[in-house]
Amino acid sequence: MTVEREKLVLIGNGMAGVGTIEQILKLGGAYDITIFGSEPHPNYNRIMLSYVLEGSKSIEDIILNDRQWYEDNNITLHTGTTVVRIDEASRQIVTDNGMSVPYDKVIIATGSNSFILPVPGSTKDGVVGFRDIADCDAMLAAAQQYRTAAVIGGGLLGLEAAKGLVNLGMDVTVVHLLEDLMERQLDHTASSMLQAELERQGVKFAMGKQTVELTGEERVNGLRFSDGTELQSDFVVMAVGIKPNVQLAKDSGITVNRGIVVNDYLQTSMANVYSVGECTEHRGTCYGLVAPLFEQGMVLAKHLCGASTQPYEGSVVATKLKISGVDVFSAGDFTETAEHTVISAKDEWKRTYKKILLRNNIIVGAVLFGDVTESASLQKLVKQGTEMTDEIYGEVMGTGCCGGGSAKKGLSVETMADEEIVCGCNGVTKKAIVDAVTENGFTTVDEIKACTGATRSCGGCKPVVEQILQFVLGDSFQESAKQGICGCTTLSRDEIVAEITAKGLKTTKEVMNVLGWKQAEGCSKCRPAVNYYLGMIYPDTHEDEKESRFVNERMSANIQKDGTFTVIPRMYGGVTTPEDLRRIADVSLKYNVKVVKVTGGQRLDLVGIQKEDVPKVWEELDMPSGYGYAKSLRTVKTCVGSQFCRFGTQDSMGMGAFIERKYERLDLPAKFKIAVNGCPRNCAESCTKDIGIVGNDGGWEVFIGGNGGIKPRIADAFCKVKTDDELIEICSAVIQYYRETGNYLERTSEWVERMGLENIQNVILNNEDNRKELAARIDFALAQVTDPWKKMLNDDSTRTALFEKARV
Amino acid sequence: MDSAKQEYAVGPVQSFLPQIGRVVTAGNLELAIFRTSDGAFYAVENSSPHPKGGPLAEGIVSGHYLYDPLYDWKIDLRSGEVQAPDHGTVATFPVSLDGDIVKVSLQQAVFQS
Repeated sequence: MTVEREKLVLIGNGMAGVGTIEQILKLGGAYDITIFGSEPHPNYNRIMLSYVLEGSKSIEDIILNDRQWYEDNNITLHTGTTVVRIDEASRQIVTDNGMSVPYDKVIIATGSNSFILPVPGSTKDGVVGFRDIADCDAMLAAAQQYRTAAVIGGGLLGLEAAKGLVNLGMDVTVVHLLEDLMERQLDHTASSMLQAELERQGVKFAMGKQTVELTGEERVNGLRFSDGTELQSDFVVMAVGIKPNVQLAKDSGITVNRGIVVNDYLQTSMANVYSVGECTEHRGTCYGLVAPLFEQGMVLAKHLCGASTQPYEGSVVATKLKISGVDVFSAGDFTETAEHTVISAKDEWKRTYKKILLRNNIIVGAVLFGDVTESASLQKLVKQGTEMTDEIYGEVMGTGCCGGGSAKKGLSVETMADEEIVCGCNGVTKKAIVDAVTENGFTTVDEIKACTGATRSCGGCKPVVEQILQFVLGDSFQESAKQGICGCTTLSRDEIVAEITAKGLKTTKEVMNVLGWKQAEGCSKCRPAVNYYLGMIYPDTHEDEKESRFVNERMSANIQKDGTFTVIPRMYGGVTTPEDLRRIADVSLKYNVKVVKVTGGQRLDLVGIQKEDVPKVWEELDMPSGYGYAKSLRTVKTCVGSQFCRFGTQDSMGMGAFIERKYERLDLPAKFKIAVNGCPRNCAESCTKDIGIVGNDGGWEVFIGGNGGIKPRIADAFCKVKTDDELIEICSAVIQYYRETGNYLERTSEWVERMGLENIQNVILNNEDNRKELAARIDFALAQVTDPWKKMLNDDSTRTALFEKARV
Repeated sequence: MDSAKQEYAVGPVQSFLPQIGRVVTAGNLELAIFRTSDGAFYAVENSSPHPKGGPLAEGIVSGHYLYDPLYDWKIDLRSGEVQAPDHGTVATFPVSLDGDIVKVSLQQAVFQS
């Protein structure tokens, strides 16, 4: 018989509660754990909903613990179940679906709800809060259907919601009661700088407006304000605050003020019942940010595991806005009164602002805008109530101007408590980071990220992690902090390429052995990179290593998330024929292609082909591969041009097809796109291509470094040429120079900025010998390329091993 | 005999390219079999422990680690353990060599659908 363990019930499957359970598990707490959650999802990272809205993360990405985690830790999880009462007399908790579960200890972590303004019309369709996945889904759906949105509330959440909706293409107005945004965290100066920045990013503002009614029939169509003015809007997000979710506690007879009242050990008024997170009120304060809930959870976990712990004495809250390109920070006091001494610096050109408040020479608060590199040290100084000294002043204010100069780091992490949360997103303590350095020998931020998760989400804590690294490693920091191309080496791309040439290294294995790789066979980052560098250096002799290729390139087709593949036949210059179209249709029908899609580069995507059918599809298509998967020339997009268009001055279709044929199949550092236009109307959108070519009456204009992808960039004007031959020579030289100097996976948009446009122009335009040599080198490399599909179809054993499933 | 295990031949050694996975279906189970550079063989279920799932056979193999092809999770082929900071486990199956033939040991139950 095993010993009966105490029963611990957690009510609320959110970050605060599950964070506490994780700590309890780490401390080896001997409990039988049951968790109840009202939402149907496992535990997710609520503060990252802004990223889901922004589109940079999916809901799956923000799940913190999947169902397997609960199983692995023997935790009984009931999702979609709401606890309605804790019965102290019988020591049972009671749920809405009639369950009764006995307990020895209970943690209430029911969080909070959006506060919905009690104005007429607030229950109409199209009015949501911004609190959970359902709200987020509603906002994503609204952006598909409607054009205008109003966000009521100019606080942290409201601004994040507004920016998210702007990114989704809506016309968004933020309605705020006061004249200053984020007035609970920022002073007037920072607030107006913030407003100006957000206006630049497309957010509109209606300041000093009190909403008195939401208008419309069933669905909202506008807002009416107390001054009689109105704002038309198809969708309204209420982000005016949160309301601790205390119903359960109230119904169970637990003392509730604004939140559930707890003492310094998170105990409520009912014996054996505890409370953490946003539903909790501690010393009169309810917290709505993430760091305090981890701090509370840590104290509670220790208390429940019988470990010694300091009492929880409240948190210093610091604010960071999760909007890309808008850096705002505040901690402690920020509005100055007569008793404060104020140190401030504002730079209107750099758009930065820094303010530090002292009371009796003690640092009690700070506000930063535009440059938040000092946020970690300032938060620390405020929290510890540090006295201002010349040394600290020099450190945080630099020579007195904004931005701080080269401040000496490390002072504050030294005195940081082990238990202090460094990464608020993932609840990583200073101790966890120090342990990762001392016990596992990690020396870089990337390694710390991989091991502990710190810096993995919003990245705001990266400066502190760096400071801790520096502090723990001391003098060895500089040396070890040098970043290689991945965690396997400290060598940079240029060093690796130089060593390959100097030592005549021929295979990735040789490179890794000779250059002392930490992981003998590298990883998924360096193996493809080194394989590329070898092919670039030895175009005629390097034997391409299939095992070092990312799946898409190894299989010459794009893998989809269900393991099926996408095939894209080549259509040079975006031109096809009725005969080819018929063949594509026949093959698609025969192999049950799920979707035929026109790609962004004017080609046909055959989506959803079974892995074992891929070679047959290629064989029956009998067309070259479109390389939609490759780090090489993807497509040359064209307009109709002089062949048919009344405005066309140059034959863009002919030139596009010629260029696509000439450069196809050659490996490049990253994917590469070209466009050719017949006239300056630019219908093929050459301004967002790696090379954009625009025909004019007397020749061609060449643009380079454009990108329409993750980091959009308009191409730089590179040169003008008169003849087709000159055009080809310039293209050859640009592509080869990029091949020889680009970092693996570096797009030309980044490459142009790193190398400098002028430098590239010097190398290629002002030095004819150089240009001709580059063009000759790419022609030599191009002479070596072969059609991988023909090769694969003639190599039965490789094809079988790669594509066919064995059966037993 | 619910736990009866049996060895099934999945093909000769040469039909597995070094460091490149191969899919083998066994009844209603799909396996990904890997031949590492030291000549060892490993078999795992061809299904990523990532919440979105997906295949594993097409990943990059380094030593006895696999980088999954869709999400780049690092998985120890010996234990099936996903490496930090991600977590999860993929089912592993014993593989043996009988002369030139690769054999994988499976529960008979796999074949009773």
